[in-house]
Amino acid sequence: MNIRKIARRTFLIGATAIAGGLAVGYYYVRKPYPNPLEDELSEGEVTFNPYVKIAPDNTITIITARAEMGQGVQTTLAAMVAEELDVTLDQIKVEHGPADWTYFNSAMMEDASPFPFLDESFIVEVTRSMMPPIAKLLGIQATGGSSSMKDGYDKMRQSGCAARLLLIAAASQELGIDAAGLKTENGSIIDPTSGQSITYGELAAKAATLEPPSKLVLRKKSDWKLLGKSQRRTDIPAKVTGQPIYGIDVDLPEMIYGTVKMSPRFGANAIFHDDKAALAVPGVTAVIPLETPAGSGFGIIAENTWAAFKGAEALEVKWGEADHPPEDEGIYALFDKALSSTPHNIMRNDGNAETVFADAPREVILSAEYRVPWLAHACMEPMNATARWKDGVLDIWAPNQAPTLIQMTVSGLVGVASEDVNVHITTLGGGFGRRLEMDFVQYAVEMAKHTEGKPIKVTWTREEDTSHDAYRPAAKTKLRALLNPGTIPTALDIHLATPSIIKSFMGRTFPMLSPAGPDRTMVDGLFDQPYTIENYRVSTSKVDVNIPVGFWRSVGASHTAYVHECFLDEIAEKSEMDPLAMRLELAKEYPAALGVLNKVAEMCVWDNNFAKNSTRGRGLALSLSFGTWVAEVVQVNATEDGIVIENVWCATEIGEALDPDNIKAQMMSGIVFGLSAAMGQEITFSDGMVEQQNFDGFDVMRMHQCPTIEVEILETYHKMGGAGEPGTPPAAPALANAIYAATGKRIRALPLSSETDFA
Amino acid sequence: MREAQAKMQLEINGKPTEVGDDAEMPLLWALRDIVGLKGTKFGCGIAACGACTVHIDGEPVRSCQMPIGEVSGAVTTIEALGTLENLSILQQAWIDEQVPQCGYCQSGQLMAASALLRDKPKPTDADIDEAMTNLCRCGTYPRIRAAIKLAASKMGA
Ligand code: FES
Ligand code: FES
Repeated sequence: MNIRKIARRTFLIGATAIAGGLAVGYYYVRKPYPNPLEDELSEGEVTFNPYVKIAPDNTITIITARAEMGQGVQTTLAAMVAEELDVTLDQIKVEHGPADWTYFNSAMMEDASPFPFLDESFIVEVTRSMMPPIAKLLGIQATGGSSSMKDGYDKMRQSGCAARLLLIAAASQELGIDAAGLKTENGSIIDPTSGQSITYGELAAKAATLEPPSKLVLRKKSDWKLLGKSQRRTDIPAKVTGQPIYGIDVDLPEMIYGTVKMSPRFGANAIFHDDKAALAVPGVTAVIPLETPAGSGFGIIAENTWAAFKGAEALEVKWGEADHPPEDEGIYALFDKALSSTPHNIMRNDGNAETVFADAPREVILSAEYRVPWLAHACMEPMNATARWKDGVLDIWAPNQAPTLIQMTVSGLVGVASEDVNVHITTLGGGFGRRLEMDFVQYAVEMAKHTEGKPIKVTWTREEDTSHDAYRPAAKTKLRALLNPGTIPTALDIHLATPSIIKSFMGRTFPMLSPAGPDRTMVDGLFDQPYTIENYRVSTSKVDVNIPVGFWRSVGASHTAYVHECFLDEIAEKSEMDPLAMRLELAKEYPAALGVLNKVAEMCVWDNNFAKNSTRGRGLALSLSFGTWVAEVVQVNATEDGIVIENVWCATEIGEALDPDNIKAQMMSGIVFGLSAAMGQEITFSDGMVEQQNFDGFDVMRMHQCPTIEVEILETYHKMGGAGEPGTPPAAPALANAIYAATGKRIRALPLSSETDFA
Repeated sequence: MREAQAKMQLEINGKPTEVGDDAEMPLLWALRDIVGLKGTKFGCGIAACGACTVHIDGEPVRSCQMPIGEVSGAVTTIEALGTLENLSILQQAWIDEQVPQCGYCQSGQLMAASALLRDKPKPTDADIDEAMTNLCRCGTYPRIRAAIKLAASKMGA
């Protein structure tokens, strides 16, 4: 941001639009952020705070500042503002708004400096803290971790309230009536005595010049008109009419096209290349080498996407060796090695597991080993980004989950300050954590240096997308339990070996930082579950293998829940206990856990003898992740054609359900996502390369396989949880437990298709 | 620079439309990059996901595997199914059931569903399973099924 811009914004803020400042409390009053909307107003439009703009024609625009990737976040965030502004959702427009530090995930940010990453104490915290450093990273404007509702809950409502109070104050002056006597309704201020009414639009200009209110009183929950009720999503009409809203749809004057062909072996460069054949493809104009922290390879520039794809195919390259073992066998040997040595970190240690196992007779010890594979995100919209580098200004259009992170990580590529990178956020055709990565944007920016100021849209092929992901890490886990016939175990000891997501992410995103210490994302969903066992130990060992790993819907819990909940069923069987009864006993100190277990049991009419001696079976699993408690029961039928998944029942305790229908949709989506992975997905390596390339090798559950899914929401817990991710973790273990119940086959490795067939 | 070749024409959404000169270019890319109709989506390029589904003479076709030189009929895309101001019954059902999440697959789902309903105005679950093979990464299948049934009941009404 240049000085003039700062001065102008600060002046405007100081003079007029400070309502948003009050919205987030003392800090803003003391030292306000500039309101980024000041630069974006159209003729006659005014802004009250970074979340609300009102035009004279009463067009009300709410800035949600969180990426819409299907989770419905923009509708619920807009409803928070609309609730307090006293308008309905069909009266407003919803925009993502600009990339700006103002839209920090402030719940996670204590430091208000716009550049926290350069702060020495932050780096120290990153490298040493027991807390996941990524929590701080995501404190920038980012969408993930099922955090948007928690983050927006106060500030969105407060900004709506502040704007409404300013509008009332303006009406009071205009009409000469005391503010207390005025009402708001449907975007207008009404004087009930005279029946006079003025629209917000008519009052906006005046309201923006008034002193901001000193006290905000938010609506009582019992008075809510929108929140707590299912809303029609504001983004859906565009999505059923084929509107060009995604990153891949970006269209700009003079735009040219491109794709990438990156090294299929991670860490390797090209040792030879010949671009003659590629350049001979009609429409291909250039082939340029790409070197970024995220990867090494080539960019193909062309007149259209198809020509770029053909050029990439024709480009002849010999790649070097991967810097990890080339075959799965060698890769998983690294996991075995980690598991056979002393754990690096002990993340939970209740009682004294070490001693009790040492003293126990062998026959009461149950041991098992589980394995989960690497997984790709496979967003429906392949990776893409559009970049324009012209006259010293870098513009980026991208479907992305972390716009301010883009500003930070690409500004250096062209040598401008990060505020001079304009990031335009499009709708995302899926995210699931993949679009927290910077690779696709960095490649587009590098290619934009070769287009003489013309914008270039760089679209990856599906093959490139599948084979160049930041994968859900593979993991191997050893478990042992000290059994206690007829009741819960005396001890549970778990040792997990997996690569660190934080280390991998930081390495490619901030190569100058080197995080050390425990990484909580490795054991999320494993060391923090609502169970009480006298001796309970969870330890981890980091596997050092140079395969990029990243955040995949529900992160650690996406695999730890499978291991933990399947092993609990193994314990239950050996202890001759009903899986539900055992969990109720293990979770007895946690009413929220009991709530979802009892609820799901009621929904499916749980009976441990269900369909005994038939081809059907049911499995149960519980998982607490992202502040939300979820119990799921899966019912399968082992038919001659293979396993049919017939039903899923899901009970979720979310504390506060701001939009019940959308939460149900998110649970359903998370369940299908988890089942898809458990059934058949895996990424494997051969010759140093990812073997799966497209949906033929990395498939997703289809309509004919999709079960009936019933979801019920509970709201008794005192804290609000997330919705986008928590549905996923219990799906895999509930399915595996159901298959065991139906077939007697205990499958300790995912995907389940490696040992059973699905219809 | 390339030599100028004869520009090809196709009938798209009722209008003769120029689609460039590369007969091998898949219809998907001609629609998106040449014609500028972006509602038809790229998902896989190998006919495995259905995101690119359009109609050719009313039949659902995966346009990523259909070279423009081989298109032998009138092309209909999502843009002609209905508009924001004038939604089709099917699109309205999609809204009523709140089907889309990320929405990226939904153009293709809608095109597949509209062909299904034309052939089978009262589809059974088995009909839906058979016709709706498009992939949805967000897992909206139960709502797609519900929306097809809702649309079928409205169309019959
Ligand atoms: S893009 Fe054509 S079927 Fe996937
Ligand atoms: S709605 Fe996202 S892929 Fe179907």
